[in-house]
Amino acid sequence: MSRNFWILAAAVVLAAFMTAGLMIGAAGLPLKGVVLALVDRLPFVEVHSGLTPLEAGVLFELRLPRVLLGAMVGGLLAVAGAGYQGVFRNPLADPYLLGAAAGAGLTVTLVIVVVGDGVGVPLAAFCGAVGGVLLAYGLGHSATRGGGTATLVLAGVAVTSFLTAIQTFLQQLKVEELQRVYAWILGDVGGGWDQVIMCAPYAVVAAAILLLHGRLLDVLSVGDDEASALGVRAGRVRLVVLVAASLATAAAVSAGGLIGFVGVVVPHAVRRLAGGSYRVVLPLSLLAGGAFLVGADLIARTVLAPAELPIGVVTAFVGAPFFVTILRATRKVET
Amino acid sequence: MTVEITGVGVELGGRPVLRGVTAKAREGRWLAVIGPNGAGKSTLLKAVMGLLPFTGVITVGGRPVRGLAPRDRARALAYAPQSPLLPPDMTVGEYALLGRTPYIPYWGRESARDTEVARAVLDRLDLTALAARPLERLSGGERQRVVLARALTQQAPVLLLDEPTTALDLGHQQQVLELVDTLRRDDGLTVVSTLHDLTLAAQYADDLLLMSDGEAVAAGRPGEVLTEDLVTRHFGARVSIGAGPAGRPVVHLRRPTG
Repeated sequence: MSRNFWILAAAVVLAAFMTAGLMIGAAGLPLKGVVLALVDRLPFVEVHSGLTPLEAGVLFELRLPRVLLGAMVGGLLAVAGAGYQGVFRNPLADPYLLGAAAGAGLTVTLVIVVVGDGVGVPLAAFCGAVGGVLLAYGLGHSATRGGGTATLVLAGVAVTSFLTAIQTFLQQLKVEELQRVYAWILGDVGGGWDQVIMCAPYAVVAAAILLLHGRLLDVLSVGDDEASALGVRAGRVRLVVLVAASLATAAAVSAGGLIGFVGVVVPHAVRRLAGGSYRVVLPLSLLAGGAFLVGADLIARTVLAPAELPIGVVTAFVGAPFFVTILRATRKVET
Repeated sequence: MTVEITGVGVELGGRPVLRGVTAKAREGRWLAVIGPNGAGKSTLLKAVMGLLPFTGVITVGGRPVRGLAPRDRARALAYAPQSPLLPPDMTVGEYALLGRTPYIPYWGRESARDTEVARAVLDRLDLTALAARPLERLSGGERQRVVLARALTQQAPVLLLDEPTTALDLGHQQQVLELVDTLRRDDGLTVVSTLHDLTLAAQYADDLLLMSDGEAVAAGRPGEVLTEDLVTRHFGARVSIGAGPAGRPVVHLRRPTG
């Protein structure tokens, strides 16, 4: 099936999940009311949605930012994972490979343990994620003067262990803050409009850069020598994609915590369904990652309502069987 | 386009791999680089392609390759490595289209002409029926033809082929070499290839370059380079050399008697 078919299908699924995310919750909202209320917000359009002021408040102040943030964080993690997989030519690479998660984990723990205030957490997560990647990149780069990808991955492993060790030490010093640290690590997309607004510019820039590199990542997939022989500066393409993917990861982590699974499994599932070309894998990962996390969040806040499950638990719990299903369904392709 | 290699040296990890290599591949002719394992044949090809830093001068059509922008270099020279990395789920058509990369701007995409060039090349190499097939489902002979197709869509006047017959059976070796020879004649391509089979090299190449231990030790027509003395000295093999079709030499291994 064609590339456009899959992209259209993913867009429809994302739209459906987002609509469901807006309607379903402690107070159910009618589909017609939700759609009309959204249309009403468009410029030069005025319609009566039939929602009560309370319902409108739930829709615009709670659900809409939550759904948008879920779609953004999921899309960013998945598209960043696809970018990392292209750079490292390894379908198992994930957005946390170069120390983004460990960096963010450490700085967030520091803020919670030392400052004791949750206000600076997103900014700390963003800086920590970027810092972790820079540290791994600097280490890998200096070790090989130019850097092979294998050295870079090893540097990521070293940085991750080192930063995680410090984070664990800090947690042990203040065991009473453990729960807050874990709550952040397991992820949450209920940060509200502040988070949406903070995350959006990075999301747009990083996703645009990644999507524009689909063709060049396809060229890189035949190996550095051949890519160079085809006139592509492989090192430069790799660096640009790595920067954009790391920026996407940092933005996602700062807005949603350390949500696992999405970044590695969504691109992989997409590849099984629609083929390996990054021109399809990147846009499809963005859309499918968004849909996946919006769906996971919907489950997280409804299954044990009024209590909420951590979204990171749901992504793995729902994602693993879902992934196995895709593996089984596409098994024929491999033989 | 003529490729001229003058006094080229390459160091890898502080060890000299090529020393003062001088050679010439004339326009429209086939130069086969032969030599024992580790002689530096593949390294020479990589240096010509600009994939390795080297000392000395390499020119293509009179222009030094070192000064060429990567895209311009890729329009002059097409390269097929010994063991190409073939992404398993990429299709034959997509792979051939990669050859148009030097003509597409950084942010751009393939034009209708690029697609047409790739289509014509697939047609010419009898690969049209395989265009939608993933690379992982090709036989050895098909893979080699597909790699050649990608190199040809580059429309470069010089073709650099590193062991194009590796792992192919006799029939497929002949098929690939005939194909390269036809393309060379019809399109006036200059071909530089490494070949480890000396008889094959003598059959197809116009000129041979014998390399040993990083140096060019002999160059000329196959009959001039493939002498018992040179082959024995540089390959450490006992051989006898006979006359093959069209007077081209045929190399036989000699078994010790008694």
